[in-house]
Amino acid sequence: MAEATHNLKVQPPPRELEREPLVLNGRSLGWISDRVAGIIEGPTPKWWWAAFVPSVLVMTLCFTMIAYLISTGIGVWGLNQPVGWAWDITNFVFWIGIGHAGTLISAILFLLRQKWRTSINRAAEAMTLFAVACAGIFPMIHVGRIWFAWWLFPIPNSNSIWPQFRSPLLWDVFAVSTYGTVSLLFWYVGLIPDLATMRDRATTRARKFLYGLFALGWTGANRHWSNYEKAYLILAGVSTPLVLSVHSIVSFDFAVSQVPGWHTTIFPPYFVAGAIFSGFGMVLTLLIPLRKVCRLEDVITLRHIELMGKVILATGSIVGYAYGMEFFIAWYGGNPYERYAFENRAFGPYWWSYWIMITCNVVTPHLFWFKWVRRNMVVVFIISIFVNIGMWFERFVIIVTSLHRDYLPSSWGYFMPSPVDILTFVGSFGLFFTLFLLFMRFLPMVAISEVKGVTPQADPHHPLGGAKEGHH
Amino acid sequence: MSTLQQSTETNVQYVTSFPFCLLAEFDTPADLMHAAEQLRTGGFTRWDVYSPFPVHGMDKAMGIPNSKVGWFSFFGGVTGLSLGMSMIWFMNKFDYALVVGGKPLFSPLFAFPVSYEMTILLTSFGTLFGMFFLNRLPRLYNPLLKSERFKKVTHDKFFIAIETSDPKYSETETRKLLEKLGGKHIDIIHD
Repeated sequence: MAEATHNLKVQPPPRELEREPLVLNGRSLGWISDRVAGIIEGPTPKWWWAAFVPSVLVMTLCFTMIAYLISTGIGVWGLNQPVGWAWDITNFVFWIGIGHAGTLISAILFLLRQKWRTSINRAAEAMTLFAVACAGIFPMIHVGRIWFAWWLFPIPNSNSIWPQFRSPLLWDVFAVSTYGTVSLLFWYVGLIPDLATMRDRATTRARKFLYGLFALGWTGANRHWSNYEKAYLILAGVSTPLVLSVHSIVSFDFAVSQVPGWHTTIFPPYFVAGAIFSGFGMVLTLLIPLRKVCRLEDVITLRHIELMGKVILATGSIVGYAYGMEFFIAWYGGNPYERYAFENRAFGPYWWSYWIMITCNVVTPHLFWFKWVRRNMVVVFIISIFVNIGMWFERFVIIVTSLHRDYLPSSWGYFMPSPVDILTFVGSFGLFFTLFLLFMRFLPMVAISEVKGVTPQADPHHPLGGAKEGHH
Repeated sequence: MSTLQQSTETNVQYVTSFPFCLLAEFDTPADLMHAAEQLRTGGFTRWDVYSPFPVHGMDKAMGIPNSKVGWFSFFGGVTGLSLGMSMIWFMNKFDYALVVGGKPLFSPLFAFPVSYEMTILLTSFGTLFGMFFLNRLPRLYNPLLKSERFKKVTHDKFFIAIETSDPKYSETETRKLLEKLGGKHIDIIHD
């Protein structure tokens, strides 16, 4: 028993080698499941209702706007020639980018043996799924005649014509649907042992049945763990190239076209770095309040927040570099249209959106060089909001400023969003938060078995794991 | 309720139930690992250890070979890649050839992104269903789950179960062995 072994004398490492533990205050194995499951088993807190009811109302707004759009036509949005893509695709890229942090945390950090990921991966993966759900809405409704959206799938239409695979837009359909499916599988595989925990703790019939059903009869047998861990490793191994390919293919939607400002080879890596940057922003926006209200400070520690701040600093610097390099190539490439597109971005009619983007994405992340900033929850939360805003504007800048001035000045225009544009986007946050709140109320929002696995009590070679003196 | 009534009511259950395994509880992963090493040396075959999280090094202690899940993933991936390539070839070149933008009707280059995604998709399905198949999941009935004590396996306790069908199993000897290895609350689980 973990408590029983607490009295053992453990020789501390030298001070300079000491690391902050991943679970603070030497919590026992049982404490971890009690605390995480307690979020689900306890009475519904008042703050949950205070967050859930407005979220549902805002979500309703989203679906009302979509119904209005479908029943009336795409003209209810502000987009028109020459700006044929505007908030719809901005929102799509924004949401899909947010999802990428979840996969980075669950897959890439797993392959890199970053044990701190275990406290945050479940919530981040859930965020991925819900962000992909929000993202999926926009390309579907932007086609205008939504009843023909099935033409995107490999099904012959009424003239027996198949979709044509030379278009990056079709690649995107496969990339995003694969991403959604694989993220769901990966998330579910991670959930199975924790669903078994919930089943074994359940007191009501409904819980016993439902958690029992989805736990699939998991017993924690080591012969099962052996296959399970291999499967988890392989899923992490394929999710890593997947997540990199998804945002690369999203960037192909632009980069493969001939539009100045879009036709750049830097897009795939730059989009992937931006996606991870924005996703970590959203993870922090969600987890900083949640660790407080769910009393998870011992599991999602200051060290976790600090490490995420460092990832934001790194990816934010890559994004800043990409902005600079785009400008350099626009000048160095010698193409007057390309050069004009970039000058127009920074100093044209949309100058304000460009400088909001630069402020939020290039300037604010550099505050994370300071340790006191990374460890101050209020400041980190505010910066995470800045990151979210900045990354939405990045997509807006790329899409709208590149489109609004064509080669011919006679076809120049200025895009203004309509109220339907704005309310649909705001409404998508309602969908996102509704799904997230339901998730955290019914499923363990921290990967219980994985967090247990990184504690010293779980290590059979550690004194807290029961290892005897002199026994390796 | 009289004893007679009770025995009549539960009679059916007693007739069909038989001892399934011997279950022993352990407090720490080190004790569990040590016991597993001894059981492997003892030549047991139908047994398993149960823990709330995968215990590092347990596969070696139990003598479990490398998992075969990778094969399922591999065949899933090969299927996905060839399915993607042949689907695009069939749709855009064979069944309904349509020239778009003067590009070739089929080229593995433009077919690659979609085939790549299909590779990953079917690798994942292969991995998931391969893992389920190797673990014989979903399993809707398991005698172990009838034990109240065993519920702690997903909380903070560790267990070893040796099936009665193991050729080395003997009710008294195996119980003694588990006791010697530090097992507590040793109990027979009925099926």
